[in-house]
Amino acid sequence: MIHFDRFMLDNGLRVLVHEDHDTPMAVVNVMYDVGARDEQPEKTGFAHLFEHLMFGGSKNIPDFDEPLQRAGGENNAYTTNDLTNYYCQLPAENIETAFWLESDRMMELAFTKKSLNVQRKVVCEEFKEHYLNKPYGDIWHRMRTLCYQVHPYRWMTIGQELSHVEKASMEDVRAFFYKHYRPANAILVVAGAVKTEQIKVLANKWFGGIPSGEKYIRSLPVEPRQTAARHVDVYADVPANAMIMAWHMDARLEPGYYAADLITEILGGGSSSRLYQALVKEQKIFSALEVHHFGSSDKGLLALESRLVDGVEHAVAQAALEAELDRLLSDTIPAPELEKVKNKTESMIVFEDMSLTNRASSLAHYELLGDASLMNTELERYRAVTSEDILSAGKNIFRKENSNTLYYHAGKSTHA
Amino acid sequence: MLNRKQPPPIRNAADMELRLPPYHQFTLRNGVPVYTVEAGSQEVVQVELLFFAGLWHEDHPLQAATTNFLLKNGTRTKTAFQLNEQVEYYGAYLHRGCFNDVANVTLHCLNKHLTHLLPVLSEILTEAVFPEDELAIYKNNQLQRLHINLKKCDFVANRLMDVYLFGADHPYGRYTTEAAYQAIQREQLVSFYERYYVHGSCMVLVSGRLPADLQQQLESCLGHLSLTGVRPAGMNHGLFPAQQRIHRIVNDEQGIQGAIRMARPSPTRKHPDFVGMQVLNHILGGYFSSRLMSNIREDKGYTYGIHSYIHSHLHEGSWHISTEAGREVCEAAIIEIYKEMSLLCKEQVSSEELDNVRNYMLGGLMGDLDGPFQIMSRWKTYLLNELSDHYFDESVASIRAMTPQRLQELANQYLDPAAFFELVVV
Repeated sequence: MIHFDRFMLDNGLRVLVHEDHDTPMAVVNVMYDVGARDEQPEKTGFAHLFEHLMFGGSKNIPDFDEPLQRAGGENNAYTTNDLTNYYCQLPAENIETAFWLESDRMMELAFTKKSLNVQRKVVCEEFKEHYLNKPYGDIWHRMRTLCYQVHPYRWMTIGQELSHVEKASMEDVRAFFYKHYRPANAILVVAGAVKTEQIKVLANKWFGGIPSGEKYIRSLPVEPRQTAARHVDVYADVPANAMIMAWHMDARLEPGYYAADLITEILGGGSSSRLYQALVKEQKIFSALEVHHFGSSDKGLLALESRLVDGVEHAVAQAALEAELDRLLSDTIPAPELEKVKNKTESMIVFEDMSLTNRASSLAHYELLGDASLMNTELERYRAVTSEDILSAGKNIFRKENSNTLYYHAGKSTHA
Repeated sequence: MLNRKQPPPIRNAADMELRLPPYHQFTLRNGVPVYTVEAGSQEVVQVELLFFAGLWHEDHPLQAATTNFLLKNGTRTKTAFQLNEQVEYYGAYLHRGCFNDVANVTLHCLNKHLTHLLPVLSEILTEAVFPEDELAIYKNNQLQRLHINLKKCDFVANRLMDVYLFGADHPYGRYTTEAAYQAIQREQLVSFYERYYVHGSCMVLVSGRLPADLQQQLESCLGHLSLTGVRPAGMNHGLFPAQQRIHRIVNDEQGIQGAIRMARPSPTRKHPDFVGMQVLNHILGGYFSSRLMSNIREDKGYTYGIHSYIHSHLHEGSWHISTEAGREVCEAAIIEIYKEMSLLCKEQVSSEELDNVRNYMLGGLMGDLDGPFQIMSRWKTYLLNELSDHYFDESVASIRAMTPQRLQELANQYLDPAAFFELVVV
């Protein structure tokens, strides 16, 4: 049970406090309700580039990191397709330093040309390092384009192409900031050796004076239901054939989400999972295999990423996989197997909650989804999933016409 | 009116109390030492069995790593699947890892399930059978992975640098080849297992919220095994560092980035200079405001990240600088790296910069100690290196006492550009 208090400042900033007096540390976490899905199709990668710029100095503070380090703290940030999150961890005694820093950059960024110029280059190198200069690095670029036709999940957070990042202008930067980085679109979570009353005072002092901004109302194109299986072939200079498949699944708060999460575990979670046992160990068709889903706020994807044993044809691998999926859909899952994946989920939740930074960011995430207290009822929702739920969610997800398949062919690359 | 230019007052993290919670120790009847740390509020426990079964001890390439990997892939009475299912049914994780000096088997679970899981540990430590079929699958899949990794400039660069530092036949420098995968035999695994696991030297580290009867549980599962608490007799391996200092490799003609690696041999954690070297390393490239990061990423934008770090193995150490940079700016980046090293040799760091890094390091230590596994991980390092129980307090004291003069001396001693191997792999 994660306890927290919740209040709102007059400018609309939502504040949550999670007291934990077993640690000398505190975490200040600021989550902004903006991700790559909120970008324009011709200006992708912007939310993430912007995350870099948030470290380039603010109106009154030229350097974000140094004062925090001086206070014994460290920080980081990440951008997803749904949200952007910043966190500082520091000795609780010095917590006001984090309020000073985070509020100043919410108030007004420095918007220096130097920072924009350098961070564009840095992000381009990040793009190259993680997605271009690496075998199979373009898989999710291709898969997103295949799976989504209208929803902005069709591009990655790093961006659709390098040129979008290279062309980002200072006007874009300012407009983005004043649209999304306002108190009305942010959630502040403070966790650790702190008192709610103390945080009320600090939050009002540092964040209270920031103009509220306009609440951002998201209206994204809805991805139409997929009606025919999609397939794409890629030829590249890689050593092994790979196969990636993805199916549309329920959004984070939809009822089918929990069953889909458990299906992910049943199929690919750990060395006793069905696909690992059948396809890697017994049939020796796949050399590596991973099943995961995106847990995204809008309708997401359940995905299989695999590499094939040398000499195995893609069609053979796909048939073997589909046979396993058919097995999942033709029988209710045995009770011990369902119990196993629920037990795994329970311990995953407990292990995740060991870290103060995780607790803070989870509270922020659930609050962004609608209500932080969802965090305390998650396990019940997993426990409530029945074998019939698994069966019906499975039947809904693994429809042939809901599938997207990429065959990655080892050998010579084609220049498309 | 709030003055936002005025930072709030802070207390120096360097002045705050920093305490590493102590461990408790007892010995099983076979002589195996058990170290425990009771901490945290979640009802979890981690049991790590540490064996002196690392690469240092193997007679054939891949012997140590393959034995470690296949420990849980079949026993006399259970298949790999049955073992994994038993562990996963209780929502537990059973990891194994093989490193330069040691290898481990680690169990993480909710403490309510520990009694069901400890027997799995003793089973894999006495009855592992290393089935031929499991070995064949492992070899095939690892070989494919190796072929993929060899396409990556960072992977190729890392392994070459270890060869330059230690020599291709040294356990710290030896790298995996296709031939080694073809050559590894089941008999080699069985003999390594018998010697270094079944009759091996073992240390048990338990942390988390501990069950009251932990000692009895461990005694009944592990106390009767033919393990020992005595470390294996010293084995020596000669160092054969490369003669040539500067290397350029083109691994991928189409590559758009180069992996830059620079490294030199350095003292290990047991050396009195070590803590000072760590402070100096932070300033050079060990945190976000480091000299290298400020110059090469935040000023020039040559890279997404550049880092320096010190590896301290039980027998040797090394000091590394590592980055991936745009292919066309690699040489420019190297010039800047040398500039930063020379600057630290020529000019004393300001007391402001030193204060900053000191606070960052000690504040970070406080954060790092937040949790039972993190506390144990520190003790593990100290215990493995046979350092005194006061090592933590002494390190904190020497970080507090570090001076710009001392850092400059250390820079002149260790950051001489001519002592570093230099490599770019595109």
